[in-house]
Amino acid sequence: MTGRINKLRRQSLDAVPTMSHERAQLLTEFYKSGEPGKNSIPVTRALSFKYILEHKELCVNEGELFVGEKGPEPKATPTYPELCIHSKDDLEILHNREKVWFKSSDESRKIILNEVAPFWKGKSIREKILSEVDEDWRDAYKAGIFTEFMEQRAPGHTVGDDKIFKKGMNDFKKDIEEAISNLDFYNDKEAFSKREELRSMSIAADAIISYADRYSKKLFELAEKEKDSERKIELETMAGICQRVPANAPRTMWEALQYYWFVHIGVTTELNTWDSFNPGRLDQHLYPFYKRDIESGLLSEDFAKELLHSFWIKFNNQPAPPKVGVTAQESNTYTDFCLINVGGVTEKGEDAANELTYVLLDVIEEMRLLQPSSMVQVSKKNPDRLLKRSLKIIRTGFGQPSIFNTDAIIQELTRQGKSIIDARLGGASGCVEAGAFGKESYILTGYFNIPKVLEVTLNNGFDPRTKKQIGLQTGNPETFESFDEFYSAFEKQMNHFIDIKIKGNIIIERIYAEYMPAPFLSILVDDCIKKGKDYNAGGARYNSSYIQGVGLGTITDSLASIKYNVFDKKIVSMNEMLELLKNNFENKKETRDKLLFETPKYGNDDDYADDLTRKVFETYFNAIDGRPNTKGGHFRIDLLPTTCHVYFGNVLGATPDGRFAKEPVSEGISPVQGADVHGPTSVIKSASKIDHLRTGGTLLNQKFTPNFLATDEGIEKVVHLIRTYFRLDGHHIQFNVVNAETLKEAQKHPEKYRDLIVRVAGYSDYFVDLGEDLQNEIIHRTEHMNF
Amino acid sequence: MPVSGYIFDIKKFSINDGPGIRTTVFFKGCPLTCWWCHNPESQRNEPEEIENCNFRWNLHHDSYLRNTVGAKIYVNEVMDEIEKDRMFYEESHGGVTISGGEPMLQLNFLYSILSECKTKDINTAIDTTGYAAFEDFKKIYDLTDIFLFDLKLMDSKLHYEFCGINNELIHENLKKLSSLGKKNILRIPIIPTITDTEENISAMISFISKLKNVKEIDLLPFHKTAKSKYERMKKLNKVAELDVPSTDQMEELKNRFNQLGVPIKIGG
Repeated sequence: MTGRINKLRRQSLDAVPTMSHERAQLLTEFYKSGEPGKNSIPVTRALSFKYILEHKELCVNEGELFVGEKGPEPKATPTYPELCIHSKDDLEILHNREKVWFKSSDESRKIILNEVAPFWKGKSIREKILSEVDEDWRDAYKAGIFTEFMEQRAPGHTVGDDKIFKKGMNDFKKDIEEAISNLDFYNDKEAFSKREELRSMSIAADAIISYADRYSKKLFELAEKEKDSERKIELETMAGICQRVPANAPRTMWEALQYYWFVHIGVTTELNTWDSFNPGRLDQHLYPFYKRDIESGLLSEDFAKELLHSFWIKFNNQPAPPKVGVTAQESNTYTDFCLINVGGVTEKGEDAANELTYVLLDVIEEMRLLQPSSMVQVSKKNPDRLLKRSLKIIRTGFGQPSIFNTDAIIQELTRQGKSIIDARLGGASGCVEAGAFGKESYILTGYFNIPKVLEVTLNNGFDPRTKKQIGLQTGNPETFESFDEFYSAFEKQMNHFIDIKIKGNIIIERIYAEYMPAPFLSILVDDCIKKGKDYNAGGARYNSSYIQGVGLGTITDSLASIKYNVFDKKIVSMNEMLELLKNNFENKKETRDKLLFETPKYGNDDDYADDLTRKVFETYFNAIDGRPNTKGGHFRIDLLPTTCHVYFGNVLGATPDGRFAKEPVSEGISPVQGADVHGPTSVIKSASKIDHLRTGGTLLNQKFTPNFLATDEGIEKVVHLIRTYFRLDGHHIQFNVVNAETLKEAQKHPEKYRDLIVRVAGYSDYFVDLGEDLQNEIIHRTEHMNF
Repeated sequence: MPVSGYIFDIKKFSINDGPGIRTTVFFKGCPLTCWWCHNPESQRNEPEEIENCNFRWNLHHDSYLRNTVGAKIYVNEVMDEIEKDRMFYEESHGGVTISGGEPMLQLNFLYSILSECKTKDINTAIDTTGYAAFEDFKKIYDLTDIFLFDLKLMDSKLHYEFCGINNELIHENLKKLSSLGKKNILRIPIIPTITDTEENISAMISFISKLKNVKEIDLLPFHKTAKSKYERMKKLNKVAELDVPSTDQMEELKNRFNQLGVPIKIGG
């Protein structure tokens, strides 16, 4: 790592996350200007985007090789009042909260509270959503049955393909012109709105070009003043690059990376898209440039690496937008889920790993940053070398990269109706979500608390916490004569709440489609231009809406406990079970021990429990998969939690598996923390009993002690472990390689462990930045050892 | 009549008991009583008491006996557990290891499991103290792919003192076994002040140098993970005060054994 990279990295690590009023202020200025009334909504949105990019402050950090920040400086984080207005309380909380805080200056607060908030009051998407959804949606939401992704952040959840590496914005503008000229006003009743949408895309393309232009001028100015002759040349080169891209297709690796970065800033300035944005298969897109530049001598290997280092740091400068309320609880992190993919297969289905794949893995190891997240796609066609290299990074203990099964992803995507080529060119993004990169809008709409449905079933539709009848009256559980009867009540409640969630989703989808188009993002995703349709209105080639199930381990173990202890072995009566849960096992240690230690549990390759995993998976799948959304696509399922397993546990009373009230539920498809006692092969066997290929992603966490992976032999065994999981169609696996003792020490002395990074769910985070409950949850995950 | 036997654990993802990913079935009962035994629950041949047993082999879910270690189990039940990890064996060229205790003590049970494994194309290993009639070894020889043969102390008196029996039969068996042609893995526990003495190490090297078909030698450093088991079983831990060998010492020993010209591994 060169001195300047070290400095830039340090700057990024030390930068204080702040709330920047810049974007909100510019947006409000524009909307107050009177312009908006003159145009359609898409054109107005595009013009506001242009206004922001033409006026936002430019930032060139010392020594950096790429330009563009979301805010005026690293980690100055914009807000999006058109979606979510921050109140005085919100600002206080964001400023003062113990974890994932955003400092705001008095000036920023004044501007946000006096200029911005009053203007947007009554107009924000969040207010629209909360007033348009039904009462039963609100009740279920408050009870913690599900969360809602779109109430503070915009749909995003998408990834770029290779198009920007082949076409400049001017080329896209030509495509847009052509699409406009092809509109059939005589037969297509939507022709006019399509033209408005296409015009808005064209304006958005101009906006990003003029943003780059401004940078070009600024860089020339800086070059002129620069005393260091080497840096002077660099600044001139960068100025030239900003003239070239994004207006035109890139010719060199440096241009390609700067182009992507402008696009990244564009997408995340237009809206606060979930999972920010993502170059996707970076080793594939960049390789032709890399190879050409190295061969022609334009680029030395060292400088290529330096470029990548500098590029990496840009991601780390952009914390996820400030979140409050339930949204903060479900995704309580600075990480913005830009998940770089390497490895996998080519369009023709061949091993795609190349020289640059390994260079990027070096970069991941050397940078050791939270952002961007990174993952390795492993197909049966990829060599073990790829896995071994990845595990050698994983064993350094910062949870990256995570490992994905390319062959499973391809089958998942083709099952959903994607072409095999689109599937092969796809991958996983966010935490673990499979997608057809550059062609799909795959929206996560909210987490779904499966164990909470059980609690409501056990209370005949009543939620003990909010004290409200939120579910159906499926009967007093004491009257059920068999487990099947009980299960069918659970199934009815599940379908009931999924219906509520889906109706809410449909309303929210239309709110975004009508009021919040994203013309810039639409340029980047096929076939928005061709269809003349916005990304948020169904313009993408594929449109999927996900509901993410949480708590598979907890629900399995709870159902197993009811089946085993109440119905099969009659160890406790249903009445006794309900009393135990109501009293949170108070004074019932012995009985609780039976539930904990003497009842079949998921994660041990024991079909008594795992059959219930299969069953509950089918119930969840059948309730959701294949139902139409409003964008010509379908609802799908995936199983991942981010940090929501902590929130969902917090709203849940004691459960029949022996879990105390308020404790986190299990995460992803991992077993309940500590319930798996037969080692990783049994966990993998249990986890592969659900049909991953009918999901859009599952998340499995494994924890190993550092000495386990210390030797080449240990690495070899883990390679076999992963390969076997993938033969069984497992979708994803990730590893924490850190001792529980270390984590406990870090809890006691956070100041000494500022740099300790752990794997949470589909991402890594600084351990000391996690809430205490989440810290404890990670400590309690089962640790596989070697002796 | 279905064959059964006594075991005290079935360990999945066992990676130190032979090649690849393996399942190790721990037979209960051992003719030796080594001071450093890290499975004190293996010695008696019947179930016995222990506090907080982590033996959660839930036989038909009839009982979870948390204060008893060891259980009677039928061959088909053992095979069901073994079969569960077949994919892992195939992927890693692993298989099953029968350990203990001393597997040879329950010959009929051992024979049945090994032959079932062979029928099902699963690689087999046994980890033996070597203390059994050679006739018995011959009976299972064709069914066993790998022998993990323990060598402890070369001096028979010391062997008697620290392991409870003399070593002549063990060493005879090893000589005969290695002349039969299959490659064996030798396992040597490195117990400070007991097995790591100059006399013992040089005697061992000279003994091994005369053996044929040694595939690999594993030097197993003494460790203290059994401490709590001794406490929970209320058994006397005679090596509680011993220190574990240092990494340097292990490397040094490895270098000494290197002269034998076979791969030397630290740990299993």
